[in-house]
Amino acid sequence: MDKTINQKAWFLVLPVFAVVAFSAILPLMTVVNYSMQDTFGNNQFFWNGVGWFKELLDPSTDLGGRFLASLGRNLLFSAIILAIEVPLGIVVALSMPREGWTVAVCLVILALPLLIPWNVVGTIWQIFGRPDIGLLGYTLNTLGIDYNYVSNEFDAWATVIVMDVWHWTSLVALLCYAGLKSIPDAYYQAAQIDGASRWAVFKAIQLPKMNRVLLIAVLLRFMDSFMIYTEPFVVTGGGPGNSTTFVSIELVKIALGQFDLGKAAALSLVYNLIILIVCWVFYTVMTNAGVERPAKKGGA
Amino acid sequence: MENIAWMAWTLPTAIFFVMLALTLGVMTWLGIAYPEAERVGILRIPTTRGDRLFISLVLAAVIHLLWIAFAGTDPLLTLPIGEGVEISSLWLATLISLVSAVAIFRTV
Repeated sequence: MDKTINQKAWFLVLPVFAVVAFSAILPLMTVVNYSMQDTFGNNQFFWNGVGWFKELLDPSTDLGGRFLASLGRNLLFSAIILAIEVPLGIVVALSMPREGWTVAVCLVILALPLLIPWNVVGTIWQIFGRPDIGLLGYTLNTLGIDYNYVSNEFDAWATVIVMDVWHWTSLVALLCYAGLKSIPDAYYQAAQIDGASRWAVFKAIQLPKMNRVLLIAVLLRFMDSFMIYTEPFVVTGGGPGNSTTFVSIELVKIALGQFDLGKAAALSLVYNLIILIVCWVFYTVMTNAGVERPAKKGGA
Repeated sequence: MENIAWMAWTLPTAIFFVMLALTLGVMTWLGIAYPEAERVGILRIPTTRGDRLFISLVLAAVIHLLWIAFAGTDPLLTLPIGEGVEISSLWLATLISLVSAVAIFRTV
Protein backbone atom coordinates (compact mmCIF):
# COMPACT_ATOMS: atom_id res chain seq x y z
CA MET A 1 0.00 0.00 0.00
CA ASP A 2 1.51 3.29 -1.08
CA LYS A 3 1.37 6.27 1.23
CA THR A 4 0.32 9.51 -0.37
CA ILE A 5 2.96 12.12 0.18
CA ASN A 6 1.40 15.51 0.74
CA GLN A 7 3.42 18.35 2.15
CA LYS A 8 0.56 20.86 2.14
CA ALA A 9 0.10 20.37 5.87
CA TRP A 10 3.18 22.54 6.32
CA PHE A 11 1.03 25.55 5.46
CA LEU A 12 -0.83 24.94 8.72
CA VAL A 13 2.38 25.92 10.50
CA LEU A 14 2.32 29.38 8.89
CA PRO A 15 0.45 31.14 11.73
CA VAL A 16 2.99 29.87 14.25
CA PHE A 17 5.80 30.92 11.94
CA ALA A 18 4.34 34.42 11.71
CA VAL A 19 4.01 34.69 15.49
CA VAL A 20 7.55 33.45 16.04
CA ALA A 21 8.84 35.84 13.38
CA PHE A 22 7.35 38.80 15.20
CA SER A 23 8.13 37.67 18.72
CA ALA A 24 11.57 36.12 18.25
CA ILE A 25 13.19 36.37 14.83
CA LEU A 26 12.70 40.08 14.17
CA PRO A 27 13.80 41.10 17.70
CA LEU A 28 16.83 38.82 17.42
CA MET A 29 17.78 40.37 14.07
CA THR A 30 17.38 43.79 15.66
CA VAL A 31 19.71 42.77 18.49
CA VAL A 32 22.30 41.70 15.91
CA ASN A 33 21.91 45.08 14.19
CA TYR A 34 22.26 46.95 17.49
CA SER A 35 25.37 44.96 18.45
CA MET A 36 27.21 46.44 15.48
CA GLN A 37 26.23 50.06 16.15
CA ASP A 38 26.17 52.80 18.74
CA THR A 39 23.17 54.98 19.42
CA PHE A 40 22.37 58.09 21.40
CA GLY A 41 18.64 57.58 21.03
CA ASN A 42 16.21 59.07 18.52
CA ASN A 43 16.80 56.10 16.19
CA GLN A 44 20.18 57.47 15.13
CA PHE A 45 22.78 54.76 14.81
CA PHE A 46 26.49 54.85 14.12
CA TRP A 47 28.45 51.93 12.71
CA ASN A 48 30.83 50.39 15.24
CA GLY A 49 31.72 47.06 13.60
CA VAL A 50 32.82 44.43 16.08
CA GLY A 51 33.91 47.14 18.53
CA TRP A 52 31.45 46.15 21.25
CA PHE A 53 32.47 42.51 21.00
CA LYS A 54 36.12 43.54 21.27
CA GLU A 55 35.33 45.52 24.39
CA LEU A 56 33.14 42.76 25.78
CA LEU A 57 35.85 40.12 25.52
CA ASP A 58 38.64 42.35 26.83
CA PRO A 59 38.79 42.18 30.64
CA SER A 60 40.69 45.48 30.87
CA THR A 61 37.70 47.53 29.64
CA ASP A 62 34.72 48.47 31.80
CA LEU A 63 32.25 46.38 29.78
CA GLY A 64 34.54 43.36 29.49
CA GLY A 65 35.44 43.49 33.17
CA ARG A 66 31.82 43.61 34.20
CA PHE A 67 30.79 40.85 31.79
CA LEU A 68 33.57 38.45 32.74
CA ALA A 69 33.13 39.18 36.45
CA SER A 70 29.39 38.53 36.32
CA LEU A 71 29.98 35.44 34.19
CA GLY A 72 32.44 34.15 36.79
CA ARG A 73 29.99 34.88 39.61
CA ASN A 74 27.24 33.14 37.68
CA LEU A 75 29.34 30.02 37.08
CA LEU A 76 30.38 29.97 40.75
CA PHE A 77 26.74 30.32 41.77
CA SER A 78 25.69 27.47 39.46
CA ALA A 79 28.52 25.27 40.76
CA ILE A 80 27.62 25.90 44.40
CA ILE A 81 23.90 25.29 44.04
CA LEU A 82 24.55 22.13 42.00
CA ALA A 83 26.97 20.86 44.63
CA ILE A 84 24.32 21.37 47.30
CA GLU A 85 21.06 20.58 45.51
CA VAL A 86 22.05 17.35 43.78
CA PRO A 87 23.37 15.42 46.84
CA LEU A 88 20.62 16.91 49.02
CA GLY A 89 17.97 15.97 46.47
CA ILE A 90 19.28 12.40 46.37
CA VAL A 91 19.24 12.16 50.18
CA VAL A 92 15.68 13.53 50.30
CA ALA A 93 14.55 11.09 47.62
CA LEU A 94 16.20 8.15 49.41
CA SER A 95 14.54 9.00 52.71
CA MET A 96 11.06 9.34 51.21
CA PRO A 97 8.61 6.52 51.90
CA ARG A 98 8.13 4.04 49.07
CA GLU A 99 4.45 3.32 49.72
CA GLY A 100 1.49 4.24 51.87
CA TRP A 101 -0.39 7.49 52.39
CA THR A 102 2.77 9.35 53.43
CA VAL A 103 3.96 9.27 49.81
CA ALA A 104 1.23 11.67 48.74
CA VAL A 105 1.96 13.97 51.69
CA CYS A 106 5.67 14.07 50.88
CA LEU A 107 5.04 14.72 47.19
CA VAL A 108 2.67 17.61 47.89
CA ILE A 109 5.02 19.20 50.40
CA LEU A 110 7.97 18.84 48.03
CA ALA A 111 6.01 20.28 45.13
CA LEU A 112 4.96 23.40 47.03
CA PRO A 113 8.12 25.51 46.52
CA LEU A 114 8.13 24.65 42.82
CA LEU A 115 4.67 26.19 42.41
CA ILE A 116 5.65 29.60 43.80
CA PRO A 117 6.57 32.25 41.20
CA TRP A 118 10.14 33.49 41.22
CA ASN A 119 9.39 37.04 42.29
CA VAL A 120 7.24 35.79 45.17
CA VAL A 121 10.08 33.51 46.31
CA GLY A 122 12.36 36.53 46.15
CA THR A 123 9.95 38.66 48.17
CA ILE A 124 9.47 35.90 50.76
CA TRP A 125 13.22 35.67 51.35
CA GLN A 126 13.75 39.39 51.13
CA ILE A 127 11.41 39.85 54.08
CA PHE A 128 12.41 36.59 55.82
CA GLY A 129 16.04 37.71 55.93
CA ARG A 130 15.56 41.30 57.07
CA PRO A 131 17.32 41.93 60.41
CA ASP A 132 14.56 44.24 61.66
CA ILE A 133 11.31 42.43 60.85
CA GLY A 134 12.31 39.15 59.16
CA LEU A 135 12.08 35.94 61.17
CA LEU A 136 15.43 34.58 59.91
CA GLY A 137 17.38 37.83 60.08
CA TYR A 138 15.99 38.82 63.48
CA THR A 139 16.60 35.36 64.99
CA LEU A 140 20.17 35.15 63.69
CA ASN A 141 21.00 38.60 65.02
CA THR A 142 19.39 37.81 68.38
CA LEU A 143 21.55 34.68 68.56
CA GLY A 144 24.56 36.93 68.22
CA ILE A 145 25.35 36.18 64.57
CA ASP A 146 25.90 39.41 62.70
CA TYR A 147 23.75 38.80 59.65
CA ASN A 148 22.76 41.48 57.16
CA TYR A 149 22.36 40.58 53.49
CA VAL A 150 22.13 44.23 52.50
CA SER A 151 25.64 45.18 53.60
CA ASN A 152 27.62 41.93 53.84
CA GLU A 153 28.67 40.15 50.66
CA PHE A 154 28.94 36.73 52.28
CA ASP A 155 25.49 37.07 53.84
CA ALA A 156 24.03 38.15 50.50
CA TRP A 157 25.52 35.11 48.74
CA ALA A 158 24.40 32.78 51.53
CA THR A 159 20.86 34.15 51.31
CA VAL A 160 20.65 33.81 47.54
CA ILE A 161 22.08 30.28 47.64
CA VAL A 162 19.87 29.09 50.50
CA MET A 163 16.90 30.59 48.68
CA ASP A 164 17.72 28.70 45.51
CA VAL A 165 18.27 25.49 47.46
CA TRP A 166 14.92 26.00 49.18
CA HIS A 167 13.20 26.68 45.86
CA TRP A 168 14.71 23.98 43.66
CA THR A 169 16.00 21.03 45.70
CA SER A 170 12.47 19.62 45.44
CA LEU A 171 12.86 19.34 41.70
CA VAL A 172 15.99 17.22 42.03
CA ALA A 173 14.36 15.16 44.80
CA LEU A 174 11.21 14.52 42.76
CA LEU A 175 13.20 13.51 39.69
CA CYS A 176 15.39 11.17 41.76
CA TYR A 177 12.32 9.74 43.47
CA ALA A 178 10.82 8.93 40.07
CA GLY A 179 14.09 7.18 39.18
CA LEU A 180 14.08 5.23 42.43
CA LYS A 181 10.46 4.14 42.00
CA SER A 182 11.32 2.55 38.68
CA ILE A 183 13.72 0.04 40.31
CA PRO A 184 12.00 -3.36 40.57
CA ASP A 185 11.86 -4.97 44.03
CA ALA A 186 13.80 -7.96 42.68
CA TYR A 187 17.01 -5.88 42.75
CA TYR A 188 16.61 -5.15 46.46
CA GLN A 189 15.75 -8.78 47.22
CA ALA A 190 18.85 -9.96 45.38
CA ALA A 191 20.94 -7.42 47.31
CA GLN A 192 19.45 -8.64 50.57
CA ILE A 193 20.29 -12.24 49.74
CA ASP A 194 23.85 -11.19 48.93
CA GLY A 195 24.01 -9.39 52.26
CA ALA A 196 24.82 -6.07 50.62
CA SER A 197 25.27 -3.06 52.90
CA ARG A 198 23.10 0.06 52.57
CA TRP A 199 26.00 1.86 50.86
CA ALA A 200 26.56 -1.01 48.43
CA VAL A 201 22.87 -0.99 47.50
CA PHE A 202 23.07 2.74 46.83
CA LYS A 203 26.27 2.51 44.82
CA ALA A 204 25.46 -0.58 42.76
CA ILE A 205 21.70 -0.35 42.30
CA GLN A 206 20.16 3.01 43.10
CA LEU A 207 22.78 5.40 41.70
CA PRO A 208 23.14 3.65 38.31
CA LYS A 209 19.36 3.50 37.99
CA MET A 210 19.09 7.22 38.75
CA ASN A 211 21.74 8.13 36.17
CA ARG A 212 19.40 9.50 33.54
CA VAL A 213 17.12 11.48 35.84
CA LEU A 214 20.18 12.90 37.58
CA LEU A 215 21.51 14.07 34.23
CA ILE A 216 18.21 15.80 33.52
CA ALA A 217 18.24 17.35 37.00
CA VAL A 218 21.81 18.63 36.70
CA LEU A 219 21.28 20.15 33.26
CA LEU A 220 17.92 21.70 34.17
CA ARG A 221 19.35 23.22 37.33
CA PHE A 222 22.43 24.45 35.51
CA MET A 223 20.40 26.19 32.81
CA ASP A 224 17.99 27.72 35.30
CA SER A 225 20.71 28.99 37.61
CA PHE A 226 22.76 30.29 34.71
CA MET A 227 19.82 32.38 33.54
CA ILE A 228 18.70 33.40 37.04
CA TYR A 229 17.43 36.95 37.30
CA THR A 230 14.31 37.55 39.37
CA GLU A 231 15.19 35.97 42.70
CA PRO A 232 18.56 37.65 43.37
CA PHE A 233 17.27 40.86 41.82
CA VAL A 234 14.32 40.99 44.22
CA VAL A 235 16.39 40.02 47.26
CA THR A 236 19.67 41.88 46.83
CA GLY A 237 19.25 43.92 43.64
CA GLY A 238 22.68 42.60 42.66
CA GLY A 239 24.39 44.06 45.71
CA PRO A 240 26.06 44.79 48.01
CA GLY A 241 28.23 46.49 45.42
CA ASN A 242 28.19 44.08 42.51
CA SER A 243 28.67 40.95 44.57
CA THR A 244 25.46 39.18 43.50
CA THR A 245 25.15 40.74 40.05
CA PHE A 246 24.75 37.78 37.73
CA VAL A 247 24.94 37.99 33.93
CA SER A 248 21.25 38.65 33.34
CA ILE A 249 21.18 41.36 36.00
CA GLU A 250 24.26 42.99 34.44
CA LEU A 251 22.59 42.78 31.04
CA VAL A 252 19.45 44.57 32.24
CA LYS A 253 21.57 47.22 33.96
CA ILE A 254 23.44 47.94 30.72
CA ALA A 255 20.41 47.77 28.45
CA LEU A 256 17.76 49.52 30.50
CA GLY A 257 19.80 51.32 33.17
CA GLN A 258 22.44 52.91 30.99
CA PHE A 259 20.53 52.46 27.73
CA ASP A 260 23.73 51.26 26.03
CA LEU A 261 21.92 49.25 23.39
CA GLY A 262 25.06 48.29 21.45
CA LYS A 263 26.93 46.96 24.48
CA ALA A 264 23.86 45.19 25.79
CA ALA A 265 23.18 43.64 22.39
CA ALA A 266 26.74 42.31 22.12
CA LEU A 267 26.54 40.93 25.65
CA SER A 268 23.18 39.28 25.07
CA LEU A 269 24.40 37.65 21.85
CA VAL A 270 27.39 36.08 23.60
CA TYR A 271 25.18 35.09 26.55
CA ASN A 272 22.69 33.63 24.10
CA LEU A 273 25.44 31.70 22.34
CA ILE A 274 26.60 30.12 25.63
CA ILE A 275 23.03 29.12 26.48
CA LEU A 276 22.43 27.83 22.96
CA ILE A 277 25.52 25.60 23.17
CA VAL A 278 24.56 24.25 26.59
CA CYS A 279 20.99 23.64 25.37
CA TRP A 280 22.27 21.78 22.34
CA VAL A 281 24.55 19.60 24.47
CA PHE A 282 21.63 19.05 26.88
CA TYR A 283 19.28 18.05 24.07
CA THR A 284 21.84 15.83 22.32
CA VAL A 285 22.84 14.04 25.50
CA MET A 286 19.20 13.59 26.54
CA THR A 287 18.05 12.17 23.24
CA ASN A 288 21.08 9.91 22.87
CA ALA A 289 21.59 8.78 26.46
CA GLY A 290 21.15 5.07 26.89
CA VAL A 291 20.92 4.43 23.16
CA GLU A 292 23.27 1.55 22.50
CA ARG A 293 24.90 1.69 19.10
CA PRO A 294 27.05 -1.02 17.71
CA ALA A 295 30.61 0.23 17.47
CA LYS A 296 31.49 1.08 13.91
CA LYS A 297 34.11 -1.00 12.29
CA GLY A 298 36.49 0.78 9.94
CA GLY A 299 36.16 4.44 8.95
CA ALA A 300 33.02 6.52 9.02
CA MET B 1 11.54 52.71 5.84
CA GLU B 2 10.18 54.86 8.70
CA ASN B 3 8.47 51.82 10.18
CA ILE B 4 11.60 49.75 10.46
CA ALA B 5 13.93 52.53 11.57
CA TRP B 6 13.94 51.01 15.06
CA MET B 7 15.51 47.86 13.63
CA ALA B 8 18.59 49.88 12.67
CA TRP B 9 19.46 47.92 9.54
CA THR B 10 22.93 48.25 8.07
CA LEU B 11 24.27 46.88 4.83
CA PRO B 12 26.70 44.34 6.42
CA THR B 13 24.09 42.89 8.80
CA ALA B 14 21.56 42.78 5.97
CA ILE B 15 24.04 40.87 3.79
CA PHE B 16 24.67 38.53 6.73
CA PHE B 17 20.99 37.74 7.16
CA VAL B 18 20.35 37.43 3.44
CA MET B 19 23.16 34.87 3.23
CA LEU B 20 21.75 33.05 6.25
CA ALA B 21 18.31 32.98 4.63
CA LEU B 22 19.83 31.77 1.35
CA THR B 23 21.66 28.99 3.21
CA LEU B 24 18.42 27.89 4.86
CA GLY B 25 16.68 28.05 1.48
CA VAL B 26 19.36 25.90 -0.14
CA MET B 27 19.17 23.43 2.74
CA THR B 28 15.40 23.19 2.32
CA TRP B 29 15.77 22.62 -1.41
CA LEU B 30 18.47 20.00 -0.77
CA GLY B 31 16.19 18.31 1.75
CA ILE B 32 13.41 18.02 -0.84
CA ALA B 33 15.56 17.25 -3.89
CA TYR B 34 18.00 14.85 -2.23
CA PRO B 35 16.41 13.33 0.87
CA GLU B 36 19.01 11.83 3.20
CA ALA B 37 19.17 9.54 6.18
CA GLU B 38 20.79 10.30 9.53
CA ARG B 39 24.31 9.05 9.95
CA VAL B 40 26.64 8.61 12.90
CA GLY B 41 29.99 10.39 12.65
CA ILE B 42 32.92 11.12 14.92
CA LEU B 43 30.71 12.69 17.59
CA ARG B 44 28.90 9.33 17.79
CA ILE B 45 25.52 11.01 17.50
CA PRO B 46 23.14 10.69 14.55
CA THR B 47 23.21 13.89 12.52
CA THR B 48 21.42 15.18 9.45
CA ARG B 49 22.61 17.92 7.11
CA GLY B 50 20.68 20.44 9.20
CA ASP B 51 22.41 19.29 12.40
CA ARG B 52 25.78 19.62 10.75
CA LEU B 53 24.90 23.12 9.50
CA PHE B 54 23.83 24.08 13.02
CA ILE B 55 27.07 22.79 14.53
CA SER B 56 29.09 24.61 11.85
CA LEU B 57 27.30 27.91 12.47
CA VAL B 58 27.65 27.71 16.25
CA LEU B 59 31.30 26.78 15.88
CA ALA B 60 31.80 29.68 13.45
CA ALA B 61 30.38 32.08 16.05
CA VAL B 62 32.70 30.67 18.71
CA ILE B 63 35.72 30.85 16.41
CA HIS B 64 35.00 34.51 15.55
CA LEU B 65 34.56 35.45 19.21
CA LEU B 66 37.76 33.66 20.22
CA TRP B 67 39.56 35.39 17.38
CA ILE B 68 38.31 38.80 18.52
CA ALA B 69 39.29 38.00 22.10
CA PHE B 70 42.78 36.63 21.48
CA ALA B 71 43.96 37.68 18.01
CA GLY B 72 42.27 41.06 17.71
CA THR B 73 40.98 42.71 14.56
CA ASP B 74 43.99 44.62 13.30
CA PRO B 75 43.98 45.29 9.57
CA LEU B 76 45.66 42.49 7.70
CA LEU B 77 46.35 44.43 4.52
CA THR B 78 45.04 47.43 2.67
CA LEU B 79 43.60 47.04 -0.79
CA PRO B 80 44.53 49.88 -3.14
CA ILE B 81 40.93 50.76 -3.95
CA GLY B 82 39.89 54.37 -3.59
CA GLU B 83 41.26 55.58 -0.27
CA GLY B 84 42.35 52.05 0.53
CA VAL B 85 40.05 49.31 1.79
CA GLU B 86 41.34 47.69 4.96
CA ILE B 87 40.89 43.96 5.30
CA SER B 88 40.43 43.00 8.95
CA SER B 89 42.29 39.97 10.23
CA LEU B 90 38.88 38.74 11.38
CA TRP B 91 38.45 37.37 7.86
CA LEU B 92 41.04 34.76 8.82
CA ALA B 93 38.55 33.55 11.45
CA THR B 94 35.93 33.38 8.71
CA LEU B 95 38.33 31.31 6.64
CA ILE B 96 38.97 28.95 9.57
CA SER B 97 35.20 28.70 10.10
CA LEU B 98 34.66 27.73 6.47
CA VAL B 99 37.36 25.08 6.63
CA SER B 100 35.93 23.71 9.87
CA ALA B 101 32.44 23.71 8.34
CA VAL B 102 33.72 21.59 5.46
CA ALA B 103 35.36 19.25 7.96
CA ILE B 104 32.16 19.03 10.00
CA PHE B 105 30.02 18.27 6.95
CA ARG B 106 32.39 15.47 5.97
CA THR B 107 33.13 13.82 9.30
CA VAL B 108 30.47 14.60 11.92
